[in-house]
Amino acid sequence: MLVHIPSPLRSYTKGASKVDADGASVDEMLNHLDKQFPGIKFRMIDENSRMRQHIKIFVNRETVDTVRAPLNSADEVHIICALSGG
Amino acid sequence: MSKPRGNRVKLLIGTRKGAFTLTSDPVRSAWNLEGPLYLGHIIYHYMVDPRDANSQVMAVKTGHLGPTVFFSKDAGKTWKEASRPPQYPKATEKGDGTLDPEKSLAEMTGANKGYQRGRKGGGKGAKGGSAVDIVFWLSSGHESQSGVWYAGTAPPGMFISKDGGDTWAPVQGFNTYCQAKDGLHGEGETPGGQLTHSILIDPRDAKHMYVSISVGGTFESTDAGASWTPINKGVQADFLPDPDTPYGHDPHCVVMHPQNPDRLYQQNHCGIYRIDRPDVKWDRIGKNMPEEAGDFGFPIVVHPHDVDRAWVFPMDGTEVWPRTSPGGRPAVYETRDGGSSWHRHDRGLPDEHGYFTVKRQAMTNDAMLPLGLYFGTTCGEVYGSIDEGASYNCLVRHLPEIYSITATLD
Repeated sequence: MLVHIPSPLRSYTKGASKVDADGASVDEMLNHLDKQFPGIKFRMIDENSRMRQHIKIFVNRETVDTVRAPLNSADEVHIICALSGG
Repeated sequence: MSKPRGNRVKLLIGTRKGAFTLTSDPVRSAWNLEGPLYLGHIIYHYMVDPRDANSQVMAVKTGHLGPTVFFSKDAGKTWKEASRPPQYPKATEKGDGTLDPEKSLAEMTGANKGYQRGRKGGGKGAKGGSAVDIVFWLSSGHESQSGVWYAGTAPPGMFISKDGGDTWAPVQGFNTYCQAKDGLHGEGETPGGQLTHSILIDPRDAKHMYVSISVGGTFESTDAGASWTPINKGVQADFLPDPDTPYGHDPHCVVMHPQNPDRLYQQNHCGIYRIDRPDVKWDRIGKNMPEEAGDFGFPIVVHPHDVDRAWVFPMDGTEVWPRTSPGGRPAVYETRDGGSSWHRHDRGLPDEHGYFTVKRQAMTNDAMLPLGLYFGTTCGEVYGSIDEGASYNCLVRHLPEIYSITATLD
C-alpha cells in the first residue's frame, strides 16, 4: 500500500515522501516500515503501542486511533504530524 | 580509546533547536562556532565521554516525534541513532501470555497516584503502561566500565547503555522503585516537570550512585541501582504540606566533587545545600547568600581541584517565580569556603535589563588552569570566563535557547 511520510520523518526514508509498505493492520504496516527504515516506528508509536501525542494516522482519509486498525493492500495511508500552536 | 589531549577547549552546546560546538584557540581568546547539527531538534543534553573523547551522545526529541538518543564514535564527525532508545518494558502480560496494554505494573501495584504540584500524576503510566516521553539527562558510567552510559527520563526513569549509547535497557531497580512510590512517576511539561537528572557515579565504587528527581528528591544506591534510599533530610520542601517528608523534594541539580566524592552540593527549588557523607543531613548553605540574590536557581558547578569552591547562577524565585536574573542584573555567585560565604561576579555581564537565566545542564567548567567557567543562557548567549569565574565575555549570541553545555579538550 502507499504510505505518505511527513517531512519530520523523511530523514529515515532518505527524503521520500511516499513509500510502499505491507501489513494487515496499522501495527504490521509500521513494523514493515521500521524494517525498511530502522527507528522510524518508535518516533511515532511509544513502547506500549500508543500513537505519540502529535502523530495522526489516516487510512483512506479517515483517522484511526489505534495501531490495531485493519488494513488491506489497496488502502492509502497518510501519516500526519499534527499542527498545534503557532 | 582516546582521552582528551588537546589544548583547545571545545564546548558542546545543546539547544532547543539543534546542537552546536564552540572551539577556542589555545589561549581561549578566540572562539569558532560550528553547527547546527540536527537543526530543529530539541537537544536536552549533549555529552562527551570523559573516558573516550571520540564517544559523544545526545538526548534528542522534536516537537512531533518521540524521544531518542544519537551517538557518535568519531568525535562528532558522524552520528547514528540508537537502535534501541530508552524505553520501558511493554505492559504486563495477561494470564494467557498476551500483552495487556490496559494494565501497567504500576496500576497493578496501586502506584502512579502522583501528587505533583498542580499536575496530574501518573501521566501515560496511568493507562497502558509507562512510556518515555523525554530523554533528559545523560551521564557517563564509571571509569572502569567502558561504553557505559546512564540516561534519566521523564516521566522519571533511568536507563543504561553498555555500548556507547546504541542500545538501552531499563535500570529496573530504579524504575520499579519510582513506580511503587506514590508521586515518583508523574508526567508534566519538561523542562520544569518531573524528571530524572544528576546521575552521579562514585569514582571509588561503580555500584555506588546518586540520582535525583525533580520533583521527587535525591536517592542513593550502593548496589548498582538495584535498591534505593531517599537522602533528603535537611532539604526544605516548602510546597509540600509535610516538611519532614522522606522524598518529594525538588533538587534542580546535584553535583559530586570529583576529588572528594563524599562532598555533594545541591541547587534545589528551595535553596542551596551541601552534604558530607556519611552524614545524612543536608546543610542549607544558601542561607548565606546575599538577600537580593536569594538561593533559588538551577545550575551548580564545583571547582575540580578545590572541594570548597562552587558557583551558582541565581534566579528570581519571589512572588510568581519569574525565573529571571534577580533585578534584571545577572550574576554568578561563588563560594570559596564550602558555602559559608558567597561573592558576586558580574563583570562582563549586563548591568541592567538582563532577564535571561541559565538551565541546570547549561553551566560547566573546562578543568584548565586557570579554570574556565562557561554558561549558556535562555536567550541563546554563551558567556565564558578564563579567570576562574571572576569576569565574563560573551562568546556567541543569537543561538536558540540553550539547554546544555559540556566542555572537552580538542
